[in-house]
Amino acid sequence: MGARPCGLALFYWPKATMTTLKQTPLNAAHRAMGAKMVDFGGWDMPVNYGSQIEEHHQVRNDCGMFDVCHMRVVDAKGDGVRAFLRYLLANNADKLTVPGKALYSAMLRPDGGVIDDLIIYFMSEQWFRIVVNAGTADKDIAWMKEQAEEFNRHLPQGDAAVVLSPPGGKLDRGTLENPHPNPPLGGEGTKPITITSRDDLAMVAIQGPNARAKVWQVLPQTKAATEGLVNFQAADCGEYFVARTGYTGEDGFEVMLPKTKVEEFWYALNKAGVKPIGLGARDTLRLEAGMNLYGHDMDETVGPLESGMAWTVDLLSERDFIGKAALLANPPSTKLVGLLLLDRGVLRDHQKVHSAHGTGEITSGTFSPTLEKSIALARVPKGVAIGDTVQVAVRDKMLAAKVVKYPFARNGKGLV
Amino acid sequence: MSNPNNLKYTATHEWVRTEADGTISVGITQHAQELLGDMVFVEAPQAGRKLQAKEECAVVESVKAAADVYAPVSGEVLAANSALDGSPEQINNTPYDAWIFKMKPDNAADVAALLDAAAYQAVVDSEAH
Repeated sequence: MGARPCGLALFYWPKATMTTLKQTPLNAAHRAMGAKMVDFGGWDMPVNYGSQIEEHHQVRNDCGMFDVCHMRVVDAKGDGVRAFLRYLLANNADKLTVPGKALYSAMLRPDGGVIDDLIIYFMSEQWFRIVVNAGTADKDIAWMKEQAEEFNRHLPQGDAAVVLSPPGGKLDRGTLENPHPNPPLGGEGTKPITITSRDDLAMVAIQGPNARAKVWQVLPQTKAATEGLVNFQAADCGEYFVARTGYTGEDGFEVMLPKTKVEEFWYALNKAGVKPIGLGARDTLRLEAGMNLYGHDMDETVGPLESGMAWTVDLLSERDFIGKAALLANPPSTKLVGLLLLDRGVLRDHQKVHSAHGTGEITSGTFSPTLEKSIALARVPKGVAIGDTVQVAVRDKMLAAKVVKYPFARNGKGLV
Repeated sequence: MSNPNNLKYTATHEWVRTEADGTISVGITQHAQELLGDMVFVEAPQAGRKLQAKEECAVVESVKAAADVYAPVSGEVLAANSALDGSPEQINNTPYDAWIFKMKPDNAADVAALLDAAAYQAVVDSEAH
């Protein structure tokens, strides 16, 4: 028996590498709970604690907890941080009007390639919290700091909202159509933008229909501040930063807390009946929920419009942002669609998709435990339409798959 | 679960059981199913197909990965286990009962020359560093 190259690149199988892997503060807890550990982008992480399919159903039907300490929390602070993010990100920070509200966005290169996808939380006009992917964290922070320096260079002139566009671009005053005018910037006492990697923080995601109740059972002191949170909103409860966000298509919280407290929190949740869930089920849950995985469904070589992220990119307003000119100059010729396999088998990353409009490729493929069928996200020529049947090259065969709208499943139910 | 002593093994994690009539049944080992995790699809070779030893002849797919199964010896495929079509998880639950295909070996001596349980365990141990 031998591993096929078409398997998920997520899992380096079957041999562990000899290099030193990074560990989260929950490493010992995973081992004590019987996790099978794998090398996930240089991190020693639990892939499952027994059955990946059971863990998947556990989250859809009840709740489970994920170690997401490998992801990075970054704080952007300073006067005019909103104006800074308005220019840094493809989605518009001005959509955030209620404190605590969160926004999903791409961060683009000047040529439109996706540096990362991330979530920003609006805490105050002087503080936005950002959560970025593990594998991209270092390059993300370097990029943010570089852009922040450029922004800060304008502070002494008192017009810090003016940020240079990419080479050849135009200047953007940032306030033209801005419903949230910046506080006066520059001069005495203006605080420059700082980008701080919060390496002192850990993060645990608790997901599933019963997730919030379990968190309140373990952290009753956070209940008052968090029971009114709507989807995509967070509350800063002192040591605990509680956000109603996630990567599973279920209700739940992502909790950021001091690293020194995370093991105690993890065991307390477990004692309250919350089961640990590995990265294997995290991947099937997010794919069913139609959520992109960086490095699979998009990366620096493709833009957000080819990656199912058009809904997060605002091209109509006057606002300029890094990558906007490139997106306007290069209308996409491909798009991301959902596939449902009609024949028997399993769709995998990088399999070729043949359609009447040309060839595409699967960016994420797996077996859906909720639908009990194989599903995928695929980048295909723009002419391919929902309802079309396409042929996927799986080993020496062509298998029929239907082009479908995604998400495939959310809130405990299949949608396809 | 230890590897049964009455079976033969390959270094590529197939097990081989010699039946009373001299034919063999082939499956994947406990160690292999544990590495792969929850099994969701099995593609077995068709009866009548002639196989060379070490030829890729079947595919097992778990949620997370696909893996080739190799012919342990040269011979002809007699049957595929159609029961696995509807319940591939049998490979996880009872790996040494869940045969994937049956073969008629060209030479019985080829089967005798495969690894015994102890030699196979040494292979598994060496892979875990």
